[in-house]
Amino acid sequence: MLVELIFVVIKILVVITVLLLGVAYMTWLERKVIGHMQVRLGPTHVGWKGLLQPIADGLKLVAKEDIIPTMVDKPVYIIAPLLSLIPALSAFAVIPFTNATVNLFGTEYHLYITDVNIGLLYVLALSSVGTYGIIMSGWASNSKYALLGSLRSSAQVISYETAMGLSLIGPVLLAGTVSLKGITEAQANGFWFIVPQFVAFVVYLISAIAETNRAPFDLPEAETELVAGFHVEYSSMKFAMFFLAEYANMYVVSSIATIVFLGGWNGPFGPSFIWFILKIVALMFFYLWLRATLPRLRFDQLMTLGWKILIPIALVNVVVTSIVLYAIN
Amino acid sequence: MSAMVKDNLSEIVTVNMGPQHPSTHGVLRLVVDLDGETIVGVRPDVGFLHRGVEKLAEHRTYHQFIPLTDRLDYLSPLSNNLAYCLAVEKFFDVKIPERAEYLRVIFAELARAASHLVWIATHALDIGAMTVFLYAFRERELILDMFEIATGQRMTSSWIRVGGIREDVPPLFFEKLKEFVSIFDDRINTYENLLTKNRIWLSRTVGIGKLSREDALDYGVSGPIMRGSGIDFDLRRDEPYGIYNRFKFEVAVSDGCDIYSRYLVRVKEMRESNKILQQALDQIPEGPVMTDDPRIEIPSHEDVYEKMEALIRRFYIITKGFAAPKGEAYGCVEAPKGELGFYIVSDGDTKPYRLKIRAPSYVNLGALEAMAKGHMLADLVGIIGSVDIVLGEIDR
Amino acid sequence: MEQLGFYILAFLAIISSIFMITRENPVHSALWMLLTFFSVAGIFVQLNAEFIAAIQVLVYAGAILVLYLFVVMLLNPKSKGFIRIPFRYVLGIVASFVIFVQVLLTLQSANVIGKAGVYTQEAYKQYGNVKLFGYELFSNYLVPFEVVSIMLLVAMIGAIVLAKKD
Repeated sequence: MLVELIFVVIKILVVITVLLLGVAYMTWLERKVIGHMQVRLGPTHVGWKGLLQPIADGLKLVAKEDIIPTMVDKPVYIIAPLLSLIPALSAFAVIPFTNATVNLFGTEYHLYITDVNIGLLYVLALSSVGTYGIIMSGWASNSKYALLGSLRSSAQVISYETAMGLSLIGPVLLAGTVSLKGITEAQANGFWFIVPQFVAFVVYLISAIAETNRAPFDLPEAETELVAGFHVEYSSMKFAMFFLAEYANMYVVSSIATIVFLGGWNGPFGPSFIWFILKIVALMFFYLWLRATLPRLRFDQLMTLGWKILIPIALVNVVVTSIVLYAIN
Repeated sequence: MSAMVKDNLSEIVTVNMGPQHPSTHGVLRLVVDLDGETIVGVRPDVGFLHRGVEKLAEHRTYHQFIPLTDRLDYLSPLSNNLAYCLAVEKFFDVKIPERAEYLRVIFAELARAASHLVWIATHALDIGAMTVFLYAFRERELILDMFEIATGQRMTSSWIRVGGIREDVPPLFFEKLKEFVSIFDDRINTYENLLTKNRIWLSRTVGIGKLSREDALDYGVSGPIMRGSGIDFDLRRDEPYGIYNRFKFEVAVSDGCDIYSRYLVRVKEMRESNKILQQALDQIPEGPVMTDDPRIEIPSHEDVYEKMEALIRRFYIITKGFAAPKGEAYGCVEAPKGELGFYIVSDGDTKPYRLKIRAPSYVNLGALEAMAKGHMLADLVGIIGSVDIVLGEIDR
Repeated sequence: MEQLGFYILAFLAIISSIFMITRENPVHSALWMLLTFFSVAGIFVQLNAEFIAAIQVLVYAGAILVLYLFVVMLLNPKSKGFIRIPFRYVLGIVASFVIFVQVLLTLQSANVIGKAGVYTQEAYKQYGNVKLFGYELFSNYLVPFEVVSIMLLVAMIGAIVLAKKD
């Protein structure tokens, strides 16, 4: 019992540390990849090929003066970034990233933190809680721009959550479970769900990008149209938390895509962990690629895309999948 | 948007935009009337960059005014030099040496390419395509390098003189130009790959910022906006100045009347500029670059160092200037932004009695309300970008 | 251990709902309501009803409360001290007491308190909460489920008609 408890705590610490490091180095990768795509170099100064840049950025953000404007609603203002970051990190509690196990004092333990039988719903629920960070920061800042920005972002996130949830139903029907481990194991024969559920995969990918407020749906960052998004009034570590939350959310949606559509840890050879990481990095690269390529949609076009195109497609996909499954069984 | 005022009597909200706003391309202030998110009225408020250039002209000799023309449309200074010098030359009916004429065409077309590159860069950035921005600035850098080789300046070059060019260009300039001409078409393809058939780009530009053919005529817009509204008119072809009648090029016209057709027109114009540059490169003769007309000739440095008369003449023309005969003259060019004209009234002095600049951006901006009405606030940024304004020219 | 967990969650739920109705700022109320939802979801988890817990957070916290917040933030109603009006205060207490007694009596008469369900712990472990829930919903409770679906559809159409009216 005690061993198990200690082991779980260690696992949580390791996962969060790796995740935060991953987030930090994601920013480095983003700047490098987009830099080279745009005939620039990206960061080069701090460390070899700028590898220490994320650390320097982090230190800078921590060292900055933490400004809390006078007229803000202080408790809510302080809670908001936490409400953004914590759900994003908590989602990793159920992400099964490897099938490797360790033997501790005669008992086999798996290396991911835990598996719950409602894994997928848990992640979706957490990501909907993450919306509160956006809404609360906008409201508590007591600033028109923050408020409007937060209304926009949260409307966007909520709309695309629907399409995202619907697109996940198809693979869940195929797997017959919502446990993330179960879904991964259902694809162990090498028949990844991206093949029968390609439409759902595309819908999921688009909604996931919109959900994480990334280009071409990065309206909060449209500095040519508005000042910034919901986080205008934030500075120092609180701003960094929103930043971390955004990137952690990218990892969450990529992990879900990897598990649900790309077979999770399953790979032809070698350790399962590597395959999981490789698939996530590939998806992340795809995001960066999009950011370097596409212009930005207008807000109403974004909503039209979500409600009038993606949701109907996802619904049709659910119906077709069910009918086909029923016919086969 | 720095302030919002709710009008109690109606549902119209008046929003202020600028003058410090990243996408108004300078110090443009717009007062926008909104019904919800739909624009019902736009009133541009210009003049934040007013320097009184037209008044300053009355206290400068004809040559001294050339540097001020650079600062009108500072993205294409050599076009401005050219338009002004053409206007002054009309007083003298002077013959410009062949080589100077060709160099003027080369400079003007390079300036057009540079200006359009800045436009495509900022316009794409406004709509969110960041990569095009960096690609276009990479090519603009090549042009600015050429300007630096030829004139010593990257931007405010002041190189064209009444009667010719200040000095011949070094051989390196032509090497660079050849290289540029050979790659430019391909580079334009790169931008087009990123934008022309991009669904998001289309949804942000097609059908947005409509300016009908009739409205375009009524507002007197010129340049790519006019041609984007389906009016087939280009000063270079229809009222050729300099030696433009020797070049074969097409006038880019598109009748979509929206942001997208203005985009198509400008991209085509860059390609046509490249064709003109190629032809100019093939045909350019050797020879002097300054007229030998004694009324306006500025003797070259070599002559000044060796000949007494040239030294005296140069001293005289630089300090006192030359007197234009009594009368008036209008010279205009197809500048990147439209018809740029200088109207000069002379009372026989060495300084203009009155000088009026027809700045294309100023006239084009007048049509902004007609373009923006009925569209959404988020489109206003794209519409301003498609007008391609330079505030230095609007405020003068 | 589990008892302790339940008491902590129940305490949190009660405290946060009291805070929710006593806050003057509607946004603060909403935040306390969020905490209530979480506590209730926690209680569901303790009852092995993970599906209900997830749906509780997903639907109530993730969608409905967000819509409330939208309305509150956009309209920005000035609180006039709702709870300070004595008459409404008394009325509220009486009404909630009546409802409480009603629920209690219904439960008592339905004779469901303390009764074990159809499914054992082992069945839960084997099939998982979602599967059993779905099975029950589409067999024993099919008619109520369909009725609810139709009601929601009607409500949705009604909302669209109202919004489209202009």
